[in-house]
Amino acid sequence: MHMALWQSIPFACILLPLGSAAVTSVLKGKGARRWTIAVLLAEVIGAAVLAVLMASYPESYPYRMGHYDAPWGNMIRVGQLEAITAFFFSLVMLLSLLGGVKKLDEHVVAGKHNLYFVVMLLLTAALMAQVYTDDMFTAYVFVEIMTIAACTLIAARNRGKSLLASTRYMIMNSIGSGLFLLGLILTYGLTGHLLMSNVHDSMRQLAMTGQYDIPVTVAFALITSGLAIKSALFPFHTWVPDAYGSTTPASASVLSSLVSKGYIFLLIKIYCRVYNLDIVAEAGVTNVLFVFAIVAMIMGSIMAIRETDIRRMIAYSSVAQIGYIFMGIGFGTEFGMMAAMFHIFAHSASKAMLFISSSALIDASNGNSSLKDLQGSGYRNKLAGIAFTVGALSMVGFPFLGGLISKINFADAALQYQGHHMMLALAALAISTWLNVLYFLRTMMSIYSKQGTEGITYAAKKNNPALVVSLVAFIALNIALGMFAQPLIAGLMRGLSLFC
Amino acid sequence: MNFSNYEMIAAVILFGIGFSVLLLDRNLMKKIIGFSMMDSALYLFLTSIGYVDGRKAPIVVDGITNVAAYINPIPAGLVLTGIVVSVASSAVMLALTVRLYRHYHTLDIDEITVLAQKEED
Repeated sequence: MHMALWQSIPFACILLPLGSAAVTSVLKGKGARRWTIAVLLAEVIGAAVLAVLMASYPESYPYRMGHYDAPWGNMIRVGQLEAITAFFFSLVMLLSLLGGVKKLDEHVVAGKHNLYFVVMLLLTAALMAQVYTDDMFTAYVFVEIMTIAACTLIAARNRGKSLLASTRYMIMNSIGSGLFLLGLILTYGLTGHLLMSNVHDSMRQLAMTGQYDIPVTVAFALITSGLAIKSALFPFHTWVPDAYGSTTPASASVLSSLVSKGYIFLLIKIYCRVYNLDIVAEAGVTNVLFVFAIVAMIMGSIMAIRETDIRRMIAYSSVAQIGYIFMGIGFGTEFGMMAAMFHIFAHSASKAMLFISSSALIDASNGNSSLKDLQGSGYRNKLAGIAFTVGALSMVGFPFLGGLISKINFADAALQYQGHHMMLALAALAISTWLNVLYFLRTMMSIYSKQGTEGITYAAKKNNPALVVSLVAFIALNIALGMFAQPLIAGLMRGLSLFC
Repeated sequence: MNFSNYEMIAAVILFGIGFSVLLLDRNLMKKIIGFSMMDSALYLFLTSIGYVDGRKAPIVVDGITNVAAYINPIPAGLVLTGIVVSVASSAVMLALTVRLYRHYHTLDIDEITVLAQKEED
């Protein structure tokens, strides 16, 4: 089979950041920064071209690395869903880095800036590899690379609390990786394959003959719980507020909007590509996931309400939003997966923006992050105030923004499912939305109230150009997600049907 | 009862020990030891899946080309990759522990949490 040149884009998207990570390790801070931003820009453009081309490409294609066919060569598989996801992830990555790049001067130890960019590039490579790979073990290796990179990103801010959060993160994630690897080994032992399509065939045979029923379910449960722990599903979220709340804003927004989503994307991929969705539904693991998700949606919001520090509040809100995504997966239907995918995009666009803009608001309030000290900060930094408002409105489901479409999708998925799931899901959606409104409205009122600001002098801070670009692009992205959701949903549905 | 899969039983027990130490112990060094133990148990598990009694590693030295004489080399390859990964993870955890120790002069994670909280206030 002859391959066109554009079909190598996914491979280049993995190799480019991986190679650049080596190059940036010997560059000085400024050069490393420019290089990293250029690489991320190239990633965005590459993935955009790929997404456009894949929209008219009849099916997904396997990339023959080194011109070896699948069982011998390491396999990358590219379809519309992967292309769209890669585009989104690299775009949010670029904008997050741009938004937080100035704060790095303050937060990262002088002389070690280039190392931060090395880690950022490694994270990009790992993320892209997880999106594209079709090999379970390769996925595991890149999951680990991502974990280590993310851990380093948290520890990048030289501060006791960040170090502690990073250690906590590493402990929880090591447990998740261990469980994931155990599940993977069991799967390999049962099927003798590591390539997802081959495992899929063997799984189907096993399901037909009813052999190894329990080991298959156990392996499946282990993989699910491993990845759920890593992406901070509710009872495993304890590291989230400290990690997102204490580190530098670029790290916080990348972690909350991309790292946890990378694991979830991998989980969806395994559900669709390795197990079939009907096997998934039969095993009953998704029901457990569904219950956890419902609890997460409500508990995350309640904890966010009790929080008075703006960044920790946004972090707790992430816990609730991860619950939304897992609820979509918990339905175990294709439409549920689509709703989850859409929310991955909607949430990463708004959450990254919330972290970046809240950091600018904190800067405008003499570096204090409690809601009381932030009063009037929306006037002192207008752009950040608007960005925060847009992000918060998207989270609560305001029309014209991505969050509303997500909520509609979830409700739709629930209505299609019927039964207990439907009632539970709709009730949880309603309660969680109401709680979201409560704490985001409170925050917005706080940043736009003049009360209590008399007599305090605030150090004036100008927005740097990178931050302005980042915030404006984030606002546009959120509005685009809400206004042009239909083509995206159609693309995701088509991508998922090629996926499964 | 006739057990033949001792390695797997040992692996699962070791995994359990490592897992609980990593999760429950307060001492950071012990946590890292638990982590290494958990990962090693996984590699034992993987190796025991890949090994067939009486067969050899697939390196042809005496001209035997019959596939039935050899074991599947892939699990061994996976174990090697896995070891590299877990070495990297433990290195990161050790580095973090060193930095935490320099900062707080203790290895007890609960104590560190209390100290970090005090530092904030």
